[in-house]
Amino acid sequence: MLAEFWAPFVDYGFMRRALAGCVSLSVGAAPLGCILLLRRMSLVGDALSHAILPGVALGYLLFGLSVPAMTVGGLLAGLLVAALAGTVTRLTALREDASFAAFYLISLALGVLLISLRGSSADLLHVLFGSVLALDDASLLLGASIATISVLALAVVYRPLVVECFDPGFAARMGQQGVIAQGVFMLLLVLNLVGAFHAMGTLMAVAFVVLPAAAARFWARSLGAQMGLAIGLGLAGSLAGLLASFHLDIAASAAIALSLAVLYVLSLSMGPEGSLLAQRGKLVLLPRTPGSGGRA
Amino acid sequence: MSARGGRRTLLCLLSVLGWAASIWATPVSATPVRVDGERLAVVASFSILADMVREVGGDAVSVVSLVGPDGDPHVFEPSPQDVGRLQQARVVVGNGLGFENWLPRLVQSAQFRGVEILATQGVRVRIQKGLHGRASPDPHAWQDIGNALIYVANIERGLIEADPAGAAGYRARAADYAARLGALDARIRQTFTGLPPAQRSVVVSHDAFGYYGDAYGLRFVAAHRAMAGVWPTARGMASLIERIRREGISAVFVENIADPRLMVQLVRETGAVMGGRMYSDALPSGQGPAASYIGMMEANTATLIEALGSVP
Repeated sequence: MLAEFWAPFVDYGFMRRALAGCVSLSVGAAPLGCILLLRRMSLVGDALSHAILPGVALGYLLFGLSVPAMTVGGLLAGLLVAALAGTVTRLTALREDASFAAFYLISLALGVLLISLRGSSADLLHVLFGSVLALDDASLLLGASIATISVLALAVVYRPLVVECFDPGFAARMGQQGVIAQGVFMLLLVLNLVGAFHAMGTLMAVAFVVLPAAAARFWARSLGAQMGLAIGLGLAGSLAGLLASFHLDIAASAAIALSLAVLYVLSLSMGPEGSLLAQRGKLVLLPRTPGSGGRA
Repeated sequence: MSARGGRRTLLCLLSVLGWAASIWATPVSATPVRVDGERLAVVASFSILADMVREVGGDAVSVVSLVGPDGDPHVFEPSPQDVGRLQQARVVVGNGLGFENWLPRLVQSAQFRGVEILATQGVRVRIQKGLHGRASPDPHAWQDIGNALIYVANIERGLIEADPAGAAGYRARAADYAARLGALDARIRQTFTGLPPAQRSVVVSHDAFGYYGDAYGLRFVAAHRAMAGVWPTARGMASLIERIRREGISAVFVENIADPRLMVQLVRETGAVMGGRMYSDALPSGQGPAASYIGMMEANTATLIEALGSVP
């Protein structure tokens, strides 16, 4: 019975490839998501994932479905938007979220325009939705390299990055180091989004960054534990999603994103740290204070 | 804002709507009349029909294809310019059989009053099983040259109706084109004679070659369930792989309107031969050898026999 459940991974190479792609996505993207969460920048991740579209589109239109061209294009577009948004935040009165939102919209519209100029709408859909079932050697290799780089680089900038999250004042006194860490972090984020885009498409690339990290938040207190858990949850979600796509005959990338979402909702409702269940217990224990309203 | 102000705004909107309706009801222009010496303006729904009209009409017509080369007629969205093109045209040619569902609406909204040619009129329709098991007519009738001859006859008749003065020219060119198509048909049949039955099954990315298969004795398995959809499912891929293994399908072909990466995956999984690019619903852009209907049929046949002939 159980063996039958696993059988698709034994029988079909494309299932193993899809799983391998998801493993590198989980390992690379999920820990970044934890830091993103800590910095309250989850929506920035979303914005960045859409921002890579014009670069990907340009690569696609000039060189077809070529992994390097689309990757380099997406990387440049993502970094450009991140840099522009950062610059606008520093030089003008606009906050980071607003400037990111503005630039990602410009970027997304440019991408759609580029594709509609040259390609058919089928082209656009390929780029928007990716194809986790059609990962070729180049995209697998790219995913694995990105995961490796991002784990190593994150280890190097981990301390200044975390210090900046908790104590911006101290980080500012440390000077240059914090700025570099911040830059490296954004670079890693864009790299992972570009890697994820091949499997999940630009619309759902950010799923591996945000959902496992948000779910892990409900199970562990320390950042390190959250990162480890997020990777585990990412793996579990990919496995469940791929199996669901096989057994229930549903679209693969959507099934993976939804499995991650199910894990998130489960964690949100019953995890030990600040979930609905945990909070409910706390609310009952809390002493009633005057003026707090008639709760309990 | 008061309730009265809101009501006034709504009433204003209503009057604007009335105005818009009156515009809509006024005929935009009478059917363009042909000035002597000017070409007959023809609009074709997609590139293959446009090529046929060009062959039959020659210098007497100017043809525009609504869906361009390499475009996918299944998911085409007409632009305002397309409406304008239709209004300028005196003849519109469509394939029918549900191939371009957008065409009747477009013809209506452009208030087209010229000659409408239904290319598949009189074709023996092949019934196919749709995505959800529903039977529907297979619109890709041009893949059989026997049907292409019917297309040509329909186009010839429509052009003569729109431009009786040019009848002699249309008849002569149609006869010449039909002769070339007949020769092509014989060449294709010749190509596949001697190919053993075991080597006559292939996978293509969408269900476009049923007529070709019926006419020339090949079996095309469409990968559309897993492939042409933008959202491929793991089950769809797996069942296709099973089918290729079970039925000993020897070659897998990529069409010019589908994601080639999924086909590469299939080849890796099954050991089938990866054939070249097949042209189904659109001629390729540019001046390549497959840029005409005859060229396309020749290119497809060459692609098929090259892969099937090399099967061990």
